[in-house]
Amino acid sequence: MSITADAYLKGPRPAPDELLPSAVPVRFVTEAGTAADAPSGYAAPSDERLGEAYRRMVLARRFDQQASALTRQGRLAVYPSSRGQEACQVAGVLALRQQDWLFPTYRDTAAVVARGVDPVDVLTLLRGDWHCGYDPMATRVAPLCTPLATQLLHAVGMADALRRKGEDGVVMAFVGDGGTSEGDFHEALNFAAVFGTPVVFLIQNNQYAISVPLAEQTAAPALAYKGVGYGVRSEQVDGNDLVAVLAVLDEAVKHARSGHGPFLVEAQTYRLDGHTNADDPGRYRDEEEVRRWAAADPLPRLQTWLRAHGALTEQDIDVAQAEAEALAADLRAGIELDGPSNVLEMFDHVYADPTPQLKEQRRSLETEVKGMEA
Amino acid sequence: MGTVTMAQALNSALRDALSEDDRVLTFGEDVGRLGGVFRITDGLRDEFGEQRCFDTPLAESGLVGFAVGLAMGGFRPVVELQFDAFAYPAFEQITSHVAKMRNRTRGRVSLPMVIRVPYGGGIGGVEHHSDSSEAYYAHTPGLKVVTPATVEDAYWLLRDAVCDPDPVVFLEPKKLYWSKEDADLARRGAAPTARAVIRRPGLDATLLAYGPSVPVAIDAAVEAARDGIDVEVVDLRTLVPFDDETVTASVRRTGRCVVVQEAQGFAGVGAEIVARVQERCFHSLAAPVVRVAGFDVPYPPPKLEHAYLPSVDRVLDAIERLQFDDQPDVRHLAPEAS
Repeated sequence: MSITADAYLKGPRPAPDELLPSAVPVRFVTEAGTAADAPSGYAAPSDERLGEAYRRMVLARRFDQQASALTRQGRLAVYPSSRGQEACQVAGVLALRQQDWLFPTYRDTAAVVARGVDPVDVLTLLRGDWHCGYDPMATRVAPLCTPLATQLLHAVGMADALRRKGEDGVVMAFVGDGGTSEGDFHEALNFAAVFGTPVVFLIQNNQYAISVPLAEQTAAPALAYKGVGYGVRSEQVDGNDLVAVLAVLDEAVKHARSGHGPFLVEAQTYRLDGHTNADDPGRYRDEEEVRRWAAADPLPRLQTWLRAHGALTEQDIDVAQAEAEALAADLRAGIELDGPSNVLEMFDHVYADPTPQLKEQRRSLETEVKGMEA
Repeated sequence: MGTVTMAQALNSALRDALSEDDRVLTFGEDVGRLGGVFRITDGLRDEFGEQRCFDTPLAESGLVGFAVGLAMGGFRPVVELQFDAFAYPAFEQITSHVAKMRNRTRGRVSLPMVIRVPYGGGIGGVEHHSDSSEAYYAHTPGLKVVTPATVEDAYWLLRDAVCDPDPVVFLEPKKLYWSKEDADLARRGAAPTARAVIRRPGLDATLLAYGPSVPVAIDAAVEAARDGIDVEVVDLRTLVPFDDETVTASVRRTGRCVVVQEAQGFAGVGAEIVARVQERCFHSLAAPVVRVAGFDVPYPPPKLEHAYLPSVDRVLDAIERLQFDDQPDVRHLAPEAS
């Protein structure tokens, strides 16, 4: 063990058999919304938290639908939908506390909204603007990351920074199934394990990297096994079962926060829409497959489960729906207000102080813009 | 005052930066126990502890990406990438994240970090150990690119780089690591980052050089003086941001200019400099601006590198081509025309 990790890790590194994921994905609730057979070994979240998760999933679904609609209307440049992945999007955020950080990918706008960032701001990049729209330092949410898996290393560095400052924060880093083939995914797992940093990696395995199916992406028995070789405790979970995803992530966050190093979770889910609005998923997957996964939709599943337990009333459902409609209306109104960007600002944040060359180019463009206005 | 090598000056700069600011961390491959393959971090692990000077797993993208997170979290990482050509695995992290973070967060997240890269040839390194990779970084907006040529500059430019609010790619000319100067590093004589400096004043022509090419340019200027040509040598020091002011003033004074670089010539930093000089100094120029650069071949192995590296003779040849006798230089014309 490196001395660096030694200073932080509480207790020994996990033994080899403790690293292994469950043989089958952890599941609490079946697709029909009934209790799953096998005991999972993870503590179920409280009904109160599950009710809150339901509320945020309804909001996430509505946000996603509204963003897709705005894209069809030409108001967004592009939108990568996460419809069908709401259990992951919401659980990944609910498992965190205020002091924790989230490192999302471009598909995780719903998670960033669930974290409390203004939906209009969250869509800034996807509206075609040049910056991420929100303040990462104030929100503790890194900019949506477009290159694959690169953000995982930033997450490890941030986790190390929190620990060095004596904070008990944990970093949640999202990645997709395709991203696990990138070198940075492996380097991040390795760095996190060697330095014992408090980071949780959540793979949302939505079965496709644009058009390439999982079977052509990896020969691993499950993506969760990729953590084992690095000494990272790993688990696989039914990614459309909110109860299971939250239960496993709660454990993962606890593991990281209490000084036991990183944790890798693979959540098996499905992207019901195309890669983005510009995609044509009919070219690589059949309707039957989509119908099958639509039947495993995480939202009605949680609703059935909670209603059967008396943890969700008709009124709760109506309130959540009304809140979702209000969010959608605010989003439409906010996007409506969106004016043209100040083109001259593109020079202002390249460096802390613009270089003489950038000042010269800014003046030149300013003259050009004034000429066009005149 | 005492005799100091560039390697020792860089080591002192890191030591002083670590002493002055708790947020400074330095890490990379073999920088801890070993003190770096060039010993630039020698003794720092013992002095500051493994929390502040440490080895990372052998993965360049990993260690730059890790540094990005630390910088976001309020630290000032100084990363060592062991050799120029071994820095390439980190290229995506450097170009897509290190360079762009401030911009893509509208100025809310800055990355005050330094990426140290030993670069250039002339030390008899086998393949992949001698690249001049400055153009890749200089072409990327958001990075500052700095390269010292003297012992004193090595110290002060690195101190400046650590304090800079922006990410700095700090290119260390390997063949100058063991160059010596009588220097008092505690007293700042060096010009600030972003300014070029005139190493040798002259009236007849300007030699523009940086990093490992500066001593070559100075030697050539000394030789040229014997032939009665008074050559000014400008050490660029900072490639980004580029000091147009100093360069332009010098070339306007002398009316003639040669740019020297060790890197391959095509689409190199020298090409950009020539363009800038002719755009700004055209009416002051008595001759076309000439480049002396490496050949457009992969950097050759030790047995051949003497033939590749810009030499004093090659620089003198270039000076001769500056039409002092008012005759056009015909070497670049088509064979039929010459």
